[in-house]
Amino acid sequence: MAKAPYQPPVQSKLGQTFDTLFLLVLVMASLFVPLYLGLAGGGKTTLELKDQTWAGMGQNATMQAQWEKLGYTQGAKTDANPTSAADLISARFDYTFEPLELVLTALVVIGYFFIVFHWSKKEYREVIDERFNNK
Amino acid sequence: MSQSTAIHGEKISLLRVLGPGHVWALGVGIVLVGEYMGWNFAVGKGGAIAALIACWFAGLLYTCVAMIDSEVTSTVAAAGGQYAQAKHIVGPLMAFNVGLFLVFAYTMLEAGNAITLGYLVQTVGSMSGFADTHDKPFIVLTIMFLAWLNYRGVYATLTFNLVITAIAFVAILVLFFAVQPWTGEYMKHRELLTGLPYGWLGVLAALHFGMWFYLGIEGTTQAAEEVRSPARALPLGTMTGIITLLIAATLTWYVCAGLMPWEYLGQAVTPLFDAARLTDSTVLMVLLFIGTIFSTLASANGCINDASRAWFSMGRDRYLPQVFGAVHPKYRTPYRSIVFLVPVALVFAYFAPLDQVITFSILSGLLEYTFMAINVMMFRQKWPLGTIKRGYVHPFHPLPAIVLLVLCSATYFAVFLGYGTQLVAMMVFYIVASLWFALHRYKFVRRGAQFTMPWPKPVGY
Repeated sequence: MAKAPYQPPVQSKLGQTFDTLFLLVLVMASLFVPLYLGLAGGGKTTLELKDQTWAGMGQNATMQAQWEKLGYTQGAKTDANPTSAADLISARFDYTFEPLELVLTALVVIGYFFIVFHWSKKEYREVIDERFNNK
Repeated sequence: MSQSTAIHGEKISLLRVLGPGHVWALGVGIVLVGEYMGWNFAVGKGGAIAALIACWFAGLLYTCVAMIDSEVTSTVAAAGGQYAQAKHIVGPLMAFNVGLFLVFAYTMLEAGNAITLGYLVQTVGSMSGFADTHDKPFIVLTIMFLAWLNYRGVYATLTFNLVITAIAFVAILVLFFAVQPWTGEYMKHRELLTGLPYGWLGVLAALHFGMWFYLGIEGTTQAAEEVRSPARALPLGTMTGIITLLIAATLTWYVCAGLMPWEYLGQAVTPLFDAARLTDSTVLMVLLFIGTIFSTLASANGCINDASRAWFSMGRDRYLPQVFGAVHPKYRTPYRSIVFLVPVALVFAYFAPLDQVITFSILSGLLEYTFMAINVMMFRQKWPLGTIKRGYVHPFHPLPAIVLLVLCSATYFAVFLGYGTQLVAMMVFYIVASLWFALHRYKFVRRGAQFTMPWPKPVGY
């Protein structure tokens, strides 16, 4: 004998409002928590440039001409020289990492997909049973 | 033309008015801005040559996405795109997650577009003697205006996109020919290219932002309930879209890498506009200013369209509060979803740096592509060829799915290099949201009614 279809409860207006606010808070937290804790952009570093002339910063004549056309100057960035290119030229990513960090991150991603697919399979069986076996 | 279909007992449905041109405009319109900004952060992560290699590998990733998507979407032609696919092929929790991937990939992209537009207006304002020009009012105005346009109707919105996308694409072509790549007068690749500053690890790292050349092309599927002929228009619009983007991406790299030192290019907010500045041509500067503005508007416009339809679909299925499942009685648009996502886009555009916003968007996209690779294998397994009518059958299965999975894995590692914290923060968000759905929200969802396609029972059930 076919099972009776599942009848979901009707959610109140208050419940819908609460759920909506929960989602908003969750989204904002995912943005602001890393920014607030100063963790975002943590993979960047700065080269030490002792000589901040164009040549000292590794820029040839063509590069120098293009920097200058873009409005940048050589030398250290100071109040008197706010358009210095030194900060841009010395910015680098730091790709050193602990293997454990990589393993843990990989486990989080793989674990997430494993759980979502596994849980979905359980729910999907229920959907198919009700859609096809109740007819 | 209007066509009304009752879905889930709703009395009002979306309008079927769009053709392949609109599908192309929706896909390319969202993505073309990736040539105008954001892709160049790949140069910052690995150097100019690494960015070119990443551009082509990401092109391969998206070719797999377009092939897979064309088959599944032309068969599961329902609003929500990949969300509807997940619901029919994998199951509710995956569908909920895919819906969120779509919403956040597009909403963050929309925020990135608004940031770029504001920055460009501020830059041009300063260049024109208006040193006090601020970007923030333009960010807010852009998001509000486009949300209003979307609120008023899909046909006008996407027709608007078709026109401004075409102009933005032509601007890239004009710039390419104007710098006369055959003479070497402007292009200085020999002097500006500096090899691989981070070695081959940098090439891998550059894959992260290499995706930005194409991210969002899969958005064509969101219009599935609004196209006149899904089986023809969706594969045609998507495949021509990816070809357009491959050409535009290569031209963009060529022009920018031949004009700017990699350290500048890797951190520029508006690289194509800067390329025009370096030609000393006022006409080109004006054209690329217009191109950048139009591409950001077209992209943000398409993003609002796609994100709101995914949110609407989840509300209609009660995966989210039912209030979001409403269609406007006059304009026939998912108006409550459009309005709800406005503050989310505003907050991200207002407070977060561009590279962080782009990373959030890319990560959501990456999770979605990982799902798509597994999804198509399950699709072929549950409904083998011949058991249901498919609008399009993609060749060489399962090779595109395997290639896609491999490239996705490499890109997770690329994001980990330099943006590992954002990767983990995003995963925590999706894990908490999944727990909320599975343990709380799913009780409000009807079970059998989620499966709406007229297909036989899947194999193995």
